[in-house]
Amino acid sequence: MKRSLLIPLSVFVLAVRVTVRGDTDAEVQARKDALEVAAAFSNDGFKIRDGHWCGIVKPHDHSLVAVNLYAGNEYWFSVGATEPAKKVAVSVYDETGKHVTTESYDNGEKAAAGFAPSSSGQYFVSVDLLEGEESSFCLVYSYK
Amino acid sequence: MIRLAGLGAIVLAGGILVGAGAETGHIPADQLAKAARTDSISIPTPGELFAALEKSGKTNWAGQYRGPIPVTYRNRAQIALNLGGLIADGFIAVQAKDGQQIKNIGSDIIKLAKALGVSEKLLGRGNSINDFAENSEWDTLQEELEATQNEVKSSMQSHADQDLVILVTLGGWIRGTQVVTSAIVQNYDERSAKVLRQPALVHFMQSKINEISPELRNEPLVKEVSNELGKIEKLVSFPPGKTPDIEEVRKVNEAVGKMMEEIENKEAPR
Repeated sequence: MKRSLLIPLSVFVLAVRVTVRGDTDAEVQARKDALEVAAAFSNDGFKIRDGHWCGIVKPHDHSLVAVNLYAGNEYWFSVGATEPAKKVAVSVYDETGKHVTTESYDNGEKAAAGFAPSSSGQYFVSVDLLEGEESSFCLVYSYK
Repeated sequence: MIRLAGLGAIVLAGGILVGAGAETGHIPADQLAKAARTDSISIPTPGELFAALEKSGKTNWAGQYRGPIPVTYRNRAQIALNLGGLIADGFIAVQAKDGQQIKNIGSDIIKLAKALGVSEKLLGRGNSINDFAENSEWDTLQEELEATQNEVKSSMQSHADQDLVILVTLGGWIRGTQVVTSAIVQNYDERSAKVLRQPALVHFMQSKINEISPELRNEPLVKEVSNELGKIEKLVSFPPGKTPDIEEVRKVNEAVGKMMEEIENKEAPR
């Protein structure tokens, strides 16, 4: 099967798989949006990890998840959020809580942050609500 | 740094900003301690570990194969640990682009999964693995292995076997680390050795084992693996920026090798 067909197919399969896990409709939609963002990086050789983290993002609050990354790999963390979120952002912090410089993609309720860690270990990904009200979000990540 | 060429489709779909992240500052330790930690996001797959190692371009993946393991274990904890190890073997065969090896491993994965009574849907996964291996679809095979692992865990959760999930994950991590340390010892280079710094990951797995039922935790094999994990946490706790030397890599290899031997060979009491 050609890669161009595989990418939308895998997004579809991953999106369908979530529905059997009992997530809310809002989380399913948020995950679908996150996967759409992540699919763009697949064109550049990034593999989407078959796992996700969904939750609620609130104004003036960090939604944080711990990840363990390997030096040598490159990563993109992609987020989708549902209404009433208007604008979300993704940031990465090292194990001491220090902000890590990333490349970023922002498009309203979809966002992503990408970087290549120079040191292996634990990092923290923060999802922040910049505009709008408390909403569901979902995060997926890709690596190569 | 990371190229953003893949974002072309999204650029067309809507206005975007691309650049360095705007968020700055520091998150205090008490907030970091409260961060979510989940099996599906916080623990990397063997595929991620192997992708990092692959960057050196010198890995003899086929040289990391091991002989067939028994698929007739009776102890559920032992089956779960070996299932995780077998899934890691599948990732190794994908790296080696070895279709026959993937088919053999896929068949063993299904046998062990069935022994745990997980979903019949897995039989379909076995067929898919065979088809993708037949057609040399390596990227898809990697996705299929990851999906198989998640389906096994998902099925365990729905069958109230939640405690076994971390053992599958742990088995995969141990086997993956055995392979990576062995490859680095055979062909040491600093860039590859950097992947071994994972103290928080080992600590997290240890904490998950501490959460399982006392009955399972007190099984001899689980107890032994848990004790060894505590020692390994120290062995992989290098300071940030420090690259382990070949002797340090060898020590990790010996420790995980010992664990793997226990997991493969020890027929724990039922």
